Amino acid sequence: MELATKDLLRLATIGSVDDGKSTLIGRLLVDTRQLFDDQLDAVAAASEKRGIGDLDLSFVTDGLRAEREQGITIDVAYRYATTPTRKFIIADCPGHVRYTRNMATGASTADLALVVIDVAAGLKEQTRRHLCIAALLGVRSIIVAINKMDTIGWSELAFQSVVDQFETLSRELGFSSTVAIPVSALLGDNVATISINTPWYGGPSVLDALEASEAGSWEIAQGARLPIQWVLRQPGGGRTYAGMVSGEAFHVGDKVTLLPQNIETTVRAINFGGESRLEATVGLAADLDLEDETDAGRGDLIATHPLPTVTKEIEATICWFGEKPFTTSGQRLRLKHTTKSTPVRVQAIKGVINIESLSIDEATSLETNEIGLATLVTSEALVVDDYREDRVTGSFVLIDEVTNATVAAGMVGRASFL
Amino acid sequence: MTTTLPTPHATDHLDVLESHALFILREVVAECERPVLLFSGGKDSAVLLHLAAKAFAPQQLPFPVLHIDTGQNFHEVLAFRDRAAAAAGARLIVARVQDTIDQGKVADPGPLGSRNRLQTVTLLDAITDSTFDAAFGGARRDEDKARAKERILSFRDAFGQWDPRQQRPELWQLYQGKVNPGEHVRAFPLSDWTELDVWQYIGREKMDLPSIYFAHQREVVEREGMWLAVGEFVEPLAGEEVFTKTVRFRTVGDANCTGAVLSSAATIEAIIDEVAIANVSERGATRGDDKFSETAMEDRKREGYF
Repeated sequence: MELATKDLLRLATIGSVDDGKSTLIGRLLVDTRQLFDDQLDAVAAASEKRGIGDLDLSFVTDGLRAEREQGITIDVAYRYATTPTRKFIIADCPGHVRYTRNMATGASTADLALVVIDVAAGLKEQTRRHLCIAALLGVRSIIVAINKMDTIGWSELAFQSVVDQFETLSRELGFSSTVAIPVSALLGDNVATISINTPWYGGPSVLDALEASEAGSWEIAQGARLPIQWVLRQPGGGRTYAGMVSGEAFHVGDKVTLLPQNIETTVRAINFGGESRLEATVGLAADLDLEDETDAGRGDLIATHPLPTVTKEIEATICWFGEKPFTTSGQRLRLKHTTKSTPVRVQAIKGVINIESLSIDEATSLETNEIGLATLVTSEALVVDDYREDRVTGSFVLIDEVTNATVAAGMVGRASFL
Repeated sequence: MTTTLPTPHATDHLDVLESHALFILREVVAECERPVLLFSGGKDSAVLLHLAAKAFAPQQLPFPVLHIDTGQNFHEVLAFRDRAAAAAGARLIVARVQDTIDQGKVADPGPLGSRNRLQTVTLLDAITDSTFDAAFGGARRDEDKARAKERILSFRDAFGQWDPRQQRPELWQLYQGKVNPGEHVRAFPLSDWTELDVWQYIGREKMDLPSIYFAHQREVVEREGMWLAVGEFVEPLAGEEVFTKTVRFRTVGDANCTGAVLSSAATIEAIIDEVAIANVSERGATRGDDKFSETAMEDRKREGYF
């Protein structure tokens, strides 16, 4: 029986349209034999039908009719790969600026970004935008595939020139771990195996780099957090509080504070799926039994020290996806933060990020796909951490009250590079 | 709350997938007014029902379970459906495709014709009639290239339609199920699970399943590259030879479009070994309903299919 215990790494592909993200993922899945025969046959048949050679590898992830017709990725495709020790969840993101919201969707849960750059085109504005969003979202590890090396005669000089451009930007954005690899996604060089065409390159293949990268959380956690999702009534009249643990683990006996009520109590017991545990680790959907009778409900938060901030006013970084501009006098918005939803008002817009210079330009509004800084005021108090300390208690979305569309991703505080 | 188990390995992939699914189940129930769980009696919806019971234990399930009955089911699956719903203490609603046919809303394909696509109308009627605003499904992204594109909470308009070009952004785990009256969301807690994950989880949790998932002897005919079980819904055509084979089913759909696979895997452990080395996808091996065209699943999903 195959070993059940593996770790799980979530990665997202990022970079500009036409630089070859989907082709690289297709190549990686084909060369590591992650595709079934019938899936491969279907890709071959679809390629033939459109008069595209023998195998258009981008069709492995570009599964929608419109994507195959236009030859671009519109929305994220999720693909899965396993090795003996690791399960990979791969989010193949669209590169086109129009679908930035979908790229952010794919990158928001990623531990690692696989950046694809066309060696002949260099670092385009859209690649800079994606790297900037990835940095804001807290992706720390980056694998850079410098693609289409076959089109420039495998030139080390050309490779190094793009690597230099990337590294300048990467230093500014503060990525902690980067690996640059010369590849041809089309032909498979340095994707799953080391190529003979790049004898000057001594680093890992994309597959080796993925296997070697670290899985898991990057936050500088400040205490354990459990946003209450649901109150479970126990036989005999007690109540336990269900939610997903973030930050650090809870243990039976921990002194905790219920917020925003600011009531101190102790963890009496921890349950998971009806069974008791001594510890609730990060990411576990546990329920906590507290010593003291409290009037806690959905939207409240159980925390250990150092405690998060209780506030109705937040300074945040906003990625705006709405069709109408984001202004102080725009549409009625609601904010969803952890398990709480509340009406929100835009108090002030502090500026917009200039993607080229990474500086903050003055602005009174944000256009679609722009990223800026704003002050928001909420109707109900929120219990927040800075996004860089806790990805769960530091993130929120804005929702249009009329259409219910999700129109922005928000992060409490601002990134160090801004 | 009986025994103290060792703390789970924080990074074990099954624990991560399970916790994520429990979180989604609770989030949708908290945010939506009238959720329902779509239950076919297949392995994926069995896992979903098992997770739902866990998410709300020791309380009762806070939503009913809906089966769209095509009238062409394997009887072993119907028996499991009733057994599993009773074990979970769930209220079972059965909506019948035959009723949709009798109302003249869809054409009758005849006693042996496929009712697969007709289910969508029955499903959307059932959602409208009970004003459900959220429907949990056991679909997984690894099943099909259109499913690979779908959000965990997938918005459906007042006609039940999915628009793959206008999906809501879905950041972090901030699932957003707010809809206007008449609209609904489909919620897929098993989105990131693969077929192998499902079987490993079934093994770990020692779950009950319909017997047809395990190897057994059956009379079959070979039709369009699939082994179809001879019975009420499949009669041998002229020139078709009836064989007795040792088979099992990798997926559970209608008896007349779901093929068996030749297999001697009679235990969960043997099935896990078989799935781990399979070179044909589960739907590719066994589902006639996906073979109509390149975008068969996308087209059905747009119309409101599961």
